[in-house]
Amino acid sequence: MTLRWRTLGTSIILHTVLVLGALVALMPMAWMLSASVMPAGEATGYPPRFFPSRVTFEHYGQLFTRLELGRYLFNSAFLAVTVTATSLVINSLAGYAFAKLRFRGRDRTFRLLSLGLVLPVQVAMLPLFLLLKQLHLINTYWGVIIPGMASIFGIFLIRQYALSIPDDMLDAARMDGASELTIYWKVVVPGILPILATLAIWTFLATWNDFMWPLIVLSDASHYTLPVALASLSGEHVQDTELMMAGSVLTVLPVLAVFLFLQRYYIQGIMAGSVKG
Amino acid sequence: MTAPALPSRTPAPQLPPGTGKAAWLFLAPALSLIFIFFFLPVLASLLLSLTDFDIYAIADPSTTRFVGLRNYGRLLETPEFWQALRNTLYFALAGGPLTIALSLGAALLLNAKLTRFKTVFRTIYFVPFVTTLVAVAIVWRYLYHTRYGLLNYGLGFLGVEPIDWLGDPRWAMPAIILLAVWKNFGYNMLIFIAGLQAIPSELYDAAEIDGAGPVRRFFNVTLPLLGPTLLFVGVVTMIGYFQLFAEPYVMTMGGPLRATTSVVLLMYEEGFRWWRMGYAAAVAFVLFLVILIATLIQFRLQRERP
Repeated sequence: MTLRWRTLGTSIILHTVLVLGALVALMPMAWMLSASVMPAGEATGYPPRFFPSRVTFEHYGQLFTRLELGRYLFNSAFLAVTVTATSLVINSLAGYAFAKLRFRGRDRTFRLLSLGLVLPVQVAMLPLFLLLKQLHLINTYWGVIIPGMASIFGIFLIRQYALSIPDDMLDAARMDGASELTIYWKVVVPGILPILATLAIWTFLATWNDFMWPLIVLSDASHYTLPVALASLSGEHVQDTELMMAGSVLTVLPVLAVFLFLQRYYIQGIMAGSVKG
Repeated sequence: MTAPALPSRTPAPQLPPGTGKAAWLFLAPALSLIFIFFFLPVLASLLLSLTDFDIYAIADPSTTRFVGLRNYGRLLETPEFWQALRNTLYFALAGGPLTIALSLGAALLLNAKLTRFKTVFRTIYFVPFVTTLVAVAIVWRYLYHTRYGLLNYGLGFLGVEPIDWLGDPRWAMPAIILLAVWKNFGYNMLIFIAGLQAIPSELYDAAEIDGAGPVRRFFNVTLPLLGPTLLFVGVVTMIGYFQLFAEPYVMTMGGPLRATTSVVLLMYEEGFRWWRMGYAAAVAFVLFLVILIATLIQFRLQRERP
């Protein structure tokens, strides 16, 4: 009896802490959402309020009419989708080759590549900018796409997973006279689908949320991504709290939707990837 | 933040001849892209840091001169650089352990036998990590507002006088750390949950039979077996935190009184605002060295643990 009461007490404390934690985790985003539908000026009143006195969507309208965020929304979506699609193909080809194909210098090449993981990307940024300038790719979508097309982390993730493909399966396909490209497409890709999903979500979120490189390489406003546009607008429109919150919602909502719908693949992939290492 | 998995060696399988050529064809796009757009720029960065490449050189690269280690010498004499380094260390050494402690705490709670709705809580705690940093930094900027912000309003009920979070040099960095902890703890939490699930439950049963309470079980079973996970999380978090940039860029522009100017923000300002690219490259390389040293220290600490 006493043990049961003690368990119940522990359980209540445990869940109270968990719920409080969840409230803190969600509060900033809940306020963002709430402030974005407040009438202008209400978010900067005293005492501060959490819920709008009346719900209005005028700020969302203004995002597209006054601030032309539609353009930036397109840029962000286009870049994230393009980088994700191309990098999936390129990284999975390489990851599979490292995992399952035999060739001279494989281990040495892989070790050399893994050195790159400790190099902060910022070290490459200054010469990369100059290189892209020589190629006339500054202020173009390519300036963001090309450096994102292959990633060492992506190759690692795919390789780790592809190691578990049975060699017999690949050999059987070779016996049947399938070319290496056919084997990749018909045997390997279906076998590594779960990790491809993880990498796709990871790349999409990382490209969508990226700030520093797009800020550097996209100098002209017409090419801005949402985060770059938002950072620049937030300086001019610092007084328009509700408008800025609507802009933040527009920026966060797509990645949140991708995550919530596909979280199964994403979370499992991250957890599996870390433990196997 | 990227999450590298450590490489594990496998014996090369027996394959028919010809696969070698296919392998290099498969690798060619990835390796050439990574070489041209990452490794080459990193090497070029080292060379760039030994020149006086500036705004005139962008128009006409032939004006660039080799200056040896002068950029590094100037760097070490500049108070702004030391302040940026101090700020970055402050952020990484206070924010990193705080993030890891909170992640581990959340993971332990979510892994407890009694906990219900585990996946719901896990998803909620993970949500801040997937959000766009620039957007949530703008949100937090309003939450931190001295007069209208919800944070000071809430603290007011506890009798705390309003704090000028982003305008006071003493509070600006703690404010940025708080945002970073909120944003990032969910990722490490997932890694810890995976690590905790890999610990065999028999070990806990054995410890319990030996009369070990929850605290002893944590220190004698959980923590030692979580060692590799802790190292992984520690290294990844620290590398990410040393690259602090968007938070101060959006929230404080490095101020007040440069109290939140990080090394990467300094590099950005020098290189891409004033176009002193040789000097900025030296800043970037010093950052790389600091990260390298900090990583080696963590590996050393991990090896020395009994």
